[in-house]
Amino acid sequence: MEAGKTKVISVLVENKPGVLHGVSNLFRRRNFNIESITVGPSEQSEIARMTITVNGDEKTLEQVVKQLAKLIDVLKVEELEPGHFVMRELALIKVNVPTPKERSDIINCVEVFRGRIIDVSIDSLTVEITGTPDKLDAFLNLMKTNGVIELARTGITALARGAKTVRIDE
Amino acid sequence: MTKMSGAKALLESLEQQNVDVIFGILGGAILPVYDALCGNEKIRHILARHEQGAAHAAEGYARASGRVGVCMATSGPGATNLVTGIANAYMDSSPMIAITGQVPSTNVNSSYMIGRDAFQEADIIGITTPITKHNYQPRTIAEIQPMVNAAFYIASTGRPGPVLIDLPKNVQSDVADVVVNINKIEARGYKPALQPDLTKISEAANLLANSEYPFILAGGGVISANASDELMQMSDLMMAPVATTFMGKGAFPEGHPLSLGSIGMHGNPAANRLLGEADVLLAIGTRFSDRATANLDTFAPNAKKIHIDIDAAEIGKNIEVDVPIVGDAKVSLKLLHDAVTKKLPKMKVSAWSKRVKEAKEQLSPLLKDRPKELVPKALLMELRKLLPENTIVTTEVGQNQMWSALYFQALKPRTFISSGGLGTMGFGFPAAIGAKVACPDRAVVDIAGDGSFIMTEQELACSVAEKIPVIVIVLNNSVLGMVAQWQRTLYNRRYMAVNLGKTPDFVKLAEAYGAQGLRARSIEEFQKAVKTALNSEVTTVIDVPIGSEQDVVPFVPPGCGLPQQRGDY
Repeated sequence: MEAGKTKVISVLVENKPGVLHGVSNLFRRRNFNIESITVGPSEQSEIARMTITVNGDEKTLEQVVKQLAKLIDVLKVEELEPGHFVMRELALIKVNVPTPKERSDIINCVEVFRGRIIDVSIDSLTVEITGTPDKLDAFLNLMKTNGVIELARTGITALARGAKTVRIDE
Repeated sequence: MTKMSGAKALLESLEQQNVDVIFGILGGAILPVYDALCGNEKIRHILARHEQGAAHAAEGYARASGRVGVCMATSGPGATNLVTGIANAYMDSSPMIAITGQVPSTNVNSSYMIGRDAFQEADIIGITTPITKHNYQPRTIAEIQPMVNAAFYIASTGRPGPVLIDLPKNVQSDVADVVVNINKIEARGYKPALQPDLTKISEAANLLANSEYPFILAGGGVISANASDELMQMSDLMMAPVATTFMGKGAFPEGHPLSLGSIGMHGNPAANRLLGEADVLLAIGTRFSDRATANLDTFAPNAKKIHIDIDAAEIGKNIEVDVPIVGDAKVSLKLLHDAVTKKLPKMKVSAWSKRVKEAKEQLSPLLKDRPKELVPKALLMELRKLLPENTIVTTEVGQNQMWSALYFQALKPRTFISSGGLGTMGFGFPAAIGAKVACPDRAVVDIAGDGSFIMTEQELACSVAEKIPVIVIVLNNSVLGMVAQWQRTLYNRRYMAVNLGKTPDFVKLAEAYGAQGLRARSIEEFQKAVKTALNSEVTTVIDVPIGSEQDVVPFVPPGCGLPQQRGDY
């Protein structure tokens, strides 16, 4: 991920049907590129939090934020200030393991990256790994030599650091 | 708590919003609402002959009156036929409510329901998401009134726009105990910004007070905000010329000495020229559309730019501005006027006002010779003389529209209604019907082309049956004139699919519908026809044959800037 080009936006939305459609449709219609979008419940019931990573220049990002804010079901939109937020992504990776030697190599790798092995079969291992997208990329790169059978990444989720928040105080 | 059906709850909610008319066409999935309408004395239903006509009529009603227009259709094709009209209202920021029937949301008597591809099912919520300000699909009767309240609030405030309510048939017909006449509005994510930031007002006032060549550009937002008086006061104070965008036409009286008409691709050359000389541009309620600005590199290159808009997303979207002001046009202009007054006690006639006068005399098409024969320019200048000031004029799309922009002076706000953003051929005639319903005591005239009129001409049946007399002036050139002009000038006269051949006899066509048909071949005949039409109690179509090779000039070719406007005129 290129620093400074990819922006992370935290969006609080009404937790009801059709809202994700409205948001994703906006991105398509306005020609904005989404790198990832994650949605789940927030600290308040009836409000969901979306974490959207977008790629573009300052002007595009400004439009993304303003256009999102116009959606009626969007309650709050804020760009997370670079360097002042924490973010994590989770990946599940099923790796090909033809020999015991490779098996132990992979297990070592997983330990170094503080991942976990969550499923084992005769010729494969499934690894759970959490971290920044860069860390996941690095781990995946190592696994490529063995052959990745299946990969599932969640996209990033993020929160501002410390006292700074993106929330709705009634 | 009162026991009632969802359909009844809908009508009660509409009545509470003071809805007095609905333009619509019924069908299976909206039958319970029509059943509830039967015998209703507060709401008039006007039966359109195509749902697109109903939607445009609702928009015409809204734009003529400033109130929310309401249209209604059944599910599936009824709903999809509304789509062009909804998109039009979205692009031109017109307050509109579209109500559609939907197949049932639950399985009732083994009937198919939403998501099972039932007969006449269309995902109108999905389809209209990008062309509505918001849309709703109530699943219970209790949700209906809060949603209707919110829909009207959202449609009519902030930057106005269309809101769709999709009502599953079972929700219309079910009966439940509901609380009526509640005022609650559930739209916590919607907070239109009305009050501008005062520091920005002060920055803008500084720029304006120190400017030598101020230029005001008024968009459709000035009309939406009913801010024409404030615009006039601002112009008076600064002695600043006022141009409008096409959508802003009528926001400033075009007969005023400081009026420059419209800017843009087919704008008044005086406006386009002076914009390039301005040192401060005050733009209000405009989104700087490509047809208004042409190539952005040469758009007001010498001017510091102040942009007032109620939609924060419009600021910085198309052009960079020096002073952004997010707020209601009326409120902002008032504050700005007061702030400038403090810094600028008395404005004198300056070199700039002399320059404005001179540029108008040299460049304004209306101050050049008026042809004697019945060509669009002569016809439209004559029409202005024939019509009372408060007449509402709508247009179709294409040459008829651009000629109207150039040669027909709009003197008051909400008297010039046209499809600016979407450019919908067929808009003008149903919009005229809607405008006439909103303002029955005023004359309403649709300036049409033959190509556009044919697209929604079936509404003649509606206007005759519902006794809504309007006047349609068909500038009949037997071609799709604007695209023919482009093929002539930009595609080396390679005409393809623009020739309409033998167009219908519009006099007979009008008569076939029970309307009045007249033909004018000279200025004198035209004067007579318009006078007859103004006194008629039935819709009149005036067919005016014009040559098929008339261009709208001057014109800024695509990709060029406003200063590159060309063509003898």
